[in-house]
Amino acid sequence: MEQLQLKSSRFRAEREDDWRRLEKLLAKVGKGSARALSDEELLAMPVLYRQALSSLSVARATSLDQSLVDYLESLSTRAYFFVYGTRSSLVERLSGFFAREWPAAAKALWRETLFSFALTLIGVAAAYYLTMHDTEWFHAFVPESLAGGRGPAATTEAMRATLYDKGGDHSGLSVFAAFLFTHNSGVAIFAFALGFAFCLPTAMLMTYNGAMLGAFLAAFTMRGLGFEAGGWLAIHGVTEISAVILAGAAGLRIGWTLAFPGDQSRPAAMAQAGRQSATLMAGVVVMLFCAGILEGVGRQVIQNDFARYGIALATLILWPAYLYLPRRRKAGS
Amino acid sequence: MKLKRAKKAPTTVVASPGDLSAHDARRSRSLVTPEGVDLHLRLGDAGERAAALLIDLAIIVGVLIAFSLVTLLAFFGAKGKGGDVIATVWMLVFFVLRNLYFVIFELTPGAATPGKRAMGLRVAARNGGRLTADAIFARNAMREIELYLPLSFLIVNNSQVGAWISLAGLLWCGVFLLFPLFNRDRLRVGDLVAGTWVVKAPRRKLVPDLARTSRPSPGRFAFTQAQLDAYGVKELHVLEDVLRRYETKTIALVAARIRLKIGWKVAPEESDGDFLAAYYAALRGRLESRLLLGKRRKDKHDQS
Repeated sequence: MEQLQLKSSRFRAEREDDWRRLEKLLAKVGKGSARALSDEELLAMPVLYRQALSSLSVARATSLDQSLVDYLESLSTRAYFFVYGTRSSLVERLSGFFAREWPAAAKALWRETLFSFALTLIGVAAAYYLTMHDTEWFHAFVPESLAGGRGPAATTEAMRATLYDKGGDHSGLSVFAAFLFTHNSGVAIFAFALGFAFCLPTAMLMTYNGAMLGAFLAAFTMRGLGFEAGGWLAIHGVTEISAVILAGAAGLRIGWTLAFPGDQSRPAAMAQAGRQSATLMAGVVVMLFCAGILEGVGRQVIQNDFARYGIALATLILWPAYLYLPRRRKAGS
Repeated sequence: MKLKRAKKAPTTVVASPGDLSAHDARRSRSLVTPEGVDLHLRLGDAGERAAALLIDLAIIVGVLIAFSLVTLLAFFGAKGKGGDVIATVWMLVFFVLRNLYFVIFELTPGAATPGKRAMGLRVAARNGGRLTADAIFARNAMREIELYLPLSFLIVNNSQVGAWISLAGLLWCGVFLLFPLFNRDRLRVGDLVAGTWVVKAPRRKLVPDLARTSRPSPGRFAFTQAQLDAYGVKELHVLEDVLRRYETKTIALVAARIRLKIGWKVAPEESDGDFLAAYYAALRGRLESRLLLGKRRKDKHDQS
């Protein structure tokens, strides 16, 4: 009986226990995280993985038991994804993101950022110029729902009232901030995704965003409220508009790479560009969170123009300094 | 009539795994580990991906509805006092569900949302390296134009923008929605941008070795060399499949066919199952010993 046994059956009988042990460890990891394993098990994992791989090679070459080869393939694949997967903790990842990855991505996309900034500026200038000459243009740039009673037709007093919070009632500010954050983040991610269509929709969105801003400013400047409106806008606007410009830059990068991949193959170039822009986009969401709080809470609580300008100036210095100032390289990295 | 059926049934059995391997070859991608072993990854097909997405959407919508009901109850329970907090929490939860549901689940070690897990799928980096957080963020940010934009075109009030604009928008979005069907690797736009793909990560159980468990008493079946040379590896695998499923009808048909082919005389009280198990073990032994000498006989037409 023994000599009748197939070689492949004997091969399997000898290693089966190791495979089952690896399978058990993987099931444990699948339920929780890598922390579910003891130190001993964690050390055993790579060894068991390599054994499974070598078993797979041997089985492919010598065994005709199809189910065994399939089993080993699936086992090795699962172990591969664990052994070569990411295992850094959330804290490590987050600190890496804020310390290195986000500023690095912002620096890498400086050309797109400049372009996106220029588009916004063109939008602002064009809409400002047009609205100053003919107030009817205001309605072409700003939808009625957003204007909220402001506009060339409103009285100066009514315009001034929209800039300042009258009562001391600050209830509902957190709702307002949360709404602003979720809404703006949605729009920013949308602007980024639109970049895939060869940059055009994103570029249009950037220009239009600038145009709305320009029309608003023009409507207030006409009434001699330019300075006050500036403070009202800049306290959160510096952060928010920078975030939108960065989102546009990220969108432009993927659209541009899709059209002109450069030296690499198109999929490889896209993957690289996509990851870099995604890192920047994660940063944009963080910026919009800050902007939401500044706009939803800060602007309602702070009613003084100079305090508003002070905060705006601080954000205007802090963001670029954080993102663009050269920093020391860590030794070895 | 009987002959006809007998002829037909085994051919379908033989044909289906043949098709399967051709199908697998189209979906199979090589992933060579640093140890130098090719893992033969299989891509998830469009149907599985769609099913996984539908499951995830159902979960998102379900959780959102349940959560909204809870917040409504809380709102009425608090008699409108804590409205601020409740509204803020609701908006943040909505945001997380809509934009971060996929990201959070794909960041787990399984790299799969509940829907993908249910379909045996996972996300992997196309270059075989680590699946990084930025790649996951990129592939899911693209859902904005692939999924939410077409949905909003469907939901939007047609009287406002006009049916033709709505239709044009839907067509434009359809390009993104159906993008996976028009490339070899079944990449979404998000996969293209992030350098990822969706592969199968099935959990297979180690099933018993047929050559050991179902072996009938030795000596009862003795096959000659010529009888064992009637078939190759492909037929062996079909036979394995038949034996594992063990449907009485198919077993009888296949046994009859093999007996006819190798000229086997049926002994009294010989069961079809025993005969097939014995023939499987003997054939595998023969083919494996030739394999050790470097000869892999592909199928019965292979004359090597």
